[in-house]
Order: sequence, then structure tokens, then C-alpha cells
Amino acid sequence: MLTVGLNHFLVISAVLFSLGIYGIVTRKNAVMVLMGIELVLNSANINFVAFSHYGNFGLNGQAIALFVIVLAAAEAAIALAIVLNVYKTFAEVNVDEIDHLKE
Amino acid sequence: MMENTNLYHSLSLILPEIVISVALIVLVLADLIFHKDKKYIPYIALVSILVAGYYTLIQYGTSGSAFLTSGKNTISLGMFAADSFSIFFKMIVLVSTLFIVFFSFSSEEIIKIKDRIGEYYALIFGMVLGMFFMISATDLILIYLSMELMSLSSYVLSGFTKLRERNSEAALKYLLYGAVSSGLMLFGISLVYGLTGSTNLYAINALIQSPEINLFTLAFACILIFAGIGYKISSAPFHFWTPDVYEGAPITITAFLSVASKAAGFALLIRFIKTTFVSYIDPLGMWHLLNVFDWRSMLVAISILTMTLGNFSALWQNNMKRMLAYSSIAHAGYLLLGLVVLSNQGILAILIYFSVYLVMNLGAFLVVMLIANKTGSEDIDDYDGLGHTSPFLGISLAIFLVSLTGLPPTAGFIGKLYLFVALVDAQMIVVAVIALLNSVVSLYYYVRVLKHMFLTKSVDETPVVSVSIPNIILVSSLVFVILLFGVYFTPLVDAAQSCLVILGL
Repeated sequence: MLTVGLNHFLVISAVLFSLGIYGIVTRKNAVMVLMGIELVLNSANINFVAFSHYGNFGLNGQAIALFVIVLAAAEAAIALAIVLNVYKTFAEVNVDEIDHLKE
Repeated sequence: MMENTNLYHSLSLILPEIVISVALIVLVLADLIFHKDKKYIPYIALVSILVAGYYTLIQYGTSGSAFLTSGKNTISLGMFAADSFSIFFKMIVLVSTLFIVFFSFSSEEIIKIKDRIGEYYALIFGMVLGMFFMISATDLILIYLSMELMSLSSYVLSGFTKLRERNSEAALKYLLYGAVSSGLMLFGISLVYGLTGSTNLYAINALIQSPEINLFTLAFACILIFAGIGYKISSAPFHFWTPDVYEGAPITITAFLSVASKAAGFALLIRFIKTTFVSYIDPLGMWHLLNVFDWRSMLVAISILTMTLGNFSALWQNNMKRMLAYSSIAHAGYLLLGLVVLSNQGILAILIYFSVYLVMNLGAFLVVMLIANKTGSEDIDDYDGLGHTSPFLGISLAIFLVSLTGLPPTAGFIGKLYLFVALVDAQMIVVAVIALLNSVVSLYYYVRVLKHMFLTKSVDETPVVSVSIPNIILVSSLVFVILLFGVYFTPLVDAAQSCLVILGL
């Protein structure tokens, strides 16, 4: 009988983290990049909760995860507002095309 | 009962932060109440800055830790440190905020958005609040939260005016780079939490000395955390956002980012390394690192890379703001050298350099702003002949740029002098020579601006940039400070000397 332990959670979070970084690096659409960032944040959340549960560190880690969830929501709100503003200006959300500042 | 006195004590230590939070709320409310006439809002901001400055200064001499966490075994120090080191950096942030408010009075970009001026100041105070907590944070979660508070406000501010295309592009780039690096940092924090079971820096310092710690994971976590902080101080290889954001953002915000947010980042980095990784400080003031992660080698490599990249990229910039962005990257490299020394003397050099950098960088941005108000351009080619038509601005800018290069008799020389002396005392001659060569390179691009202003004849009519009386006072006071500190720097050094106390150990 397989019991789920700390390592399983760490593997999931590592996979999520890698997927997030992969998404950030390869995606051209700003919204997709933001989704990659969300994956990175959530992988950290899984770490926090898993460590606090299996390491007997008290409830600190889970409280931290709550903080991070709230912050991620705030960040997403601001990020989408900025992306919307960019879309209004350029009619485009492709991060490679929005590159007028370099001469 | 015990709990209550504890709380009162903690609250008395965060009085400056409380003032800033109240000011933030007042600004938001004032924005709602004074619907029609918003010309009083900047004055609310000015008064709040002065009040916060007062409460910061009266903390001088006290040093204490707020919000103590009583853990399982011992009561360690809390998550917020109020010490003289934090007071010094908080004053740097407040002084630069004060100047930014003055700048905003005459910046064309900000005058055009006068119906949203309340939000503008509220967001600036959000940034200041984040910086204050960054400067004092001794808990990884408080570090993360304060960095995010500052970042979120600054993302919005960098695209605030929406007047030109480049505004929204700057905001998008700042946001994407910032969110990625703070995500990396959070992952690093989660690894440190897993390794030690604590987020308190003092507790971590004790816990990472145990032999059970996996050093490879710890090194990985340290690099990830440095990604977050390195982004804030715009050190290579996390500097890519800097030129684009500095060029695209409104110039008041550019100036603010280049001084205040860099100061907060440096304060955070110094405190983080000092409280987490130093095992003891010997009587000579040298820090001895725990044998877990070689910060010194990493920081030497990063600082050399940062200043070389910054200086060489600045060579062929044609936009003044972009050039100052690369120059601020190079200055981040010099400032890192003070940390590389890992001694009290190095920190003293950083404090002196930062006070000088505040004045000369804000001065340079102020002159660029005044010229851009008139000509609508920040291109160096458009500066042709300006030294003759507007001698006051030309000479002031010349003094600021000479000071940024680090030549006597300006204050920039004093800043560089203390840095190099600290390096030589620590027997890091090679690094000092590299930094010196870098300064030589930087001379080229600073002087190029002067050449355009004073020697190149303009093809078209050169506009006469007239300056209002308050701005003349503002510019000449900055020039005065630069020249004064260049010859009479003892008070500055004494002030920095008395602000070396970093809580802990």
C-alpha cells in the first residue's frame, strides 16, 4: 500500500515550478506568461503546506500559503489591468511585438 | 498582560510605518472628498512625509525588535527590526520621496493627469510603506509581502500617465520581470522554510548551522532569493527591465525607482545576509560568514558583471533616461562592492555612497525633466547647444554628471573613495582596479552629454529653457549639497558611522 508522503508533494511542486518556468520562457502571449507565474507561485504554496504538515512546523506554513494566495490574486488583478491597457494601446498582447523602446 | 505590553512596544517601534499607512488612507479619502479641486493633495503628501520623518528621527538611538515570535524552544527576535541602520535607509527613502513630490509639482507629465493626482500620491505612499517594511524586515514572509506591496504600487505607477505608448510598455515589462523574479524568490523562501522550519532570519541563522542541512538545496534557495532582491537593485543578470522601464515610465517615477527602491533593496540584501549568514563579527568589524554558502564569490562575480554591463551598454545610448538607467545599473555594481567586503567598513561606504547617489541622481533626473518639459525630448542629440542658451541648467547637469563619474571636488568622489578604501583594506586589490577601470569607461558617456551641450553647434534653433524660481532653488540646493559634501564630508561620514548598528548578533 502506497502512502503519500512529503516527497510526492515535493515532486508535484517541482514539476509545477518547472512547467511554470517553461511557460514563462516559451509563451509569447502576456496572459499565458502570467499563467506561468501563477504556476510558480502555486508550486511554492504546495511546498509551504507540505513542509508545514510533514515537518511538524506548526501552522505557519499554511498561514503563509494563505498570504500568498491573496497576493497572487492582487497581482493578477493588477497584471490584467496592465495587460488590458497594453491591449488598448497596441491592439496586441504578444510580448515580442511590444518592443518599441529599444532603438 | 505580557502580551499587551509586547504589542504596545511593537507598535511604538513601527510608528513611522503607522504614519505612512494613515497618510495613505487620508490620501485615498481626500481624493474622494475633494472631487473638483485636488490642488491640496500634494501638500497632504508633503506634511505626511515630514511627520513620518520626525517619527523616524526620534527613533534614533533606540533599537529593538517588534512582533516577537515565541517559538517552541526559545523566544527569538521578532520579524521587524528597528535599529539605526534602518533609520538611515528610511531617511534616504523619505528624502527622495520629498524630492519626488517637489518634482511632481513641475513635471508636465504629472500636471497633465491632475484629475488622478490623488491616486498618484496614494500609490507613491504604498511604495514608501513597502520600502519601510523591506528595510526593517527580519522575517522571510514579511520580506516577501513588503516587496510585493512595493512592486504592485510601482507596476501601476510606471504606466500611470498613459500619455504615450512607451508608458504601457514600461508597465508591462516591469510587471512581467517583477512577477517572475518574485515568484522565484517565493519558491526559494519555501525551500528555506522546508530546510529549517522557520521563516525568522534569526532562527534560520541558528538552524542552518546544523550538519543535517542539505547545502545544495540551501545554495539553490539562496540563489532564488537573490533573484528577487537582485531584481529590485537591478543587478545583472536581473537588470533587463531597467533600461526599458526607466525610459518608459514618467520621469518622476523613474527618479524614484532609481533611488528609493534601490535603497530599499540594498537595505534588505545587507540585512538578509548579515542576520542570516554571518556567524560572528570580529573586533575589527569583519563579518565571518557561516560555512554554508559562499556569498562573497557570488557577489564579487555579480558586482563586476553588473558594473561592466551597465557601463558598456551606456556607451551607445542616445536617450538621456536610458543612459541614466544603465548608469544606475553600473552604480548598483559599485554599491555591491561595499557588501562584498563583508565588513562594517564596507557598509559604511555603502551608506555614504547612497546618500551621495541620492543627491546626484535626483539632480540629474530633475535637470533632464526640466529640459524635457520644454523640448519634449530626452534625446542627447537635442541637447546640442543647450549649455549656451540655458547656462544654469547646463552647468548644473555638468556638476551632477561629473559627480556621477566620481571626480573631485564633487561628492561622488567621496563616495567612490570610501568604497575603494574599503576594498583595498580588505585586500581585494584586483576588484578595486576593475572598478576603477569601470569608472574610466563611465567618464566617456557622461562627458559625451557635456560635449553635446557645450561644444556641438545645433542644426536648428536651440530652445531657451527657462526655469521657474522654485526649480532654480531646488536645482541649486542639490548642486550646493554635491559641492559641499565634496569638500566637507565629515558630518556625512559621522552620521553614517553612527548608523551601522544592524540588530542581531
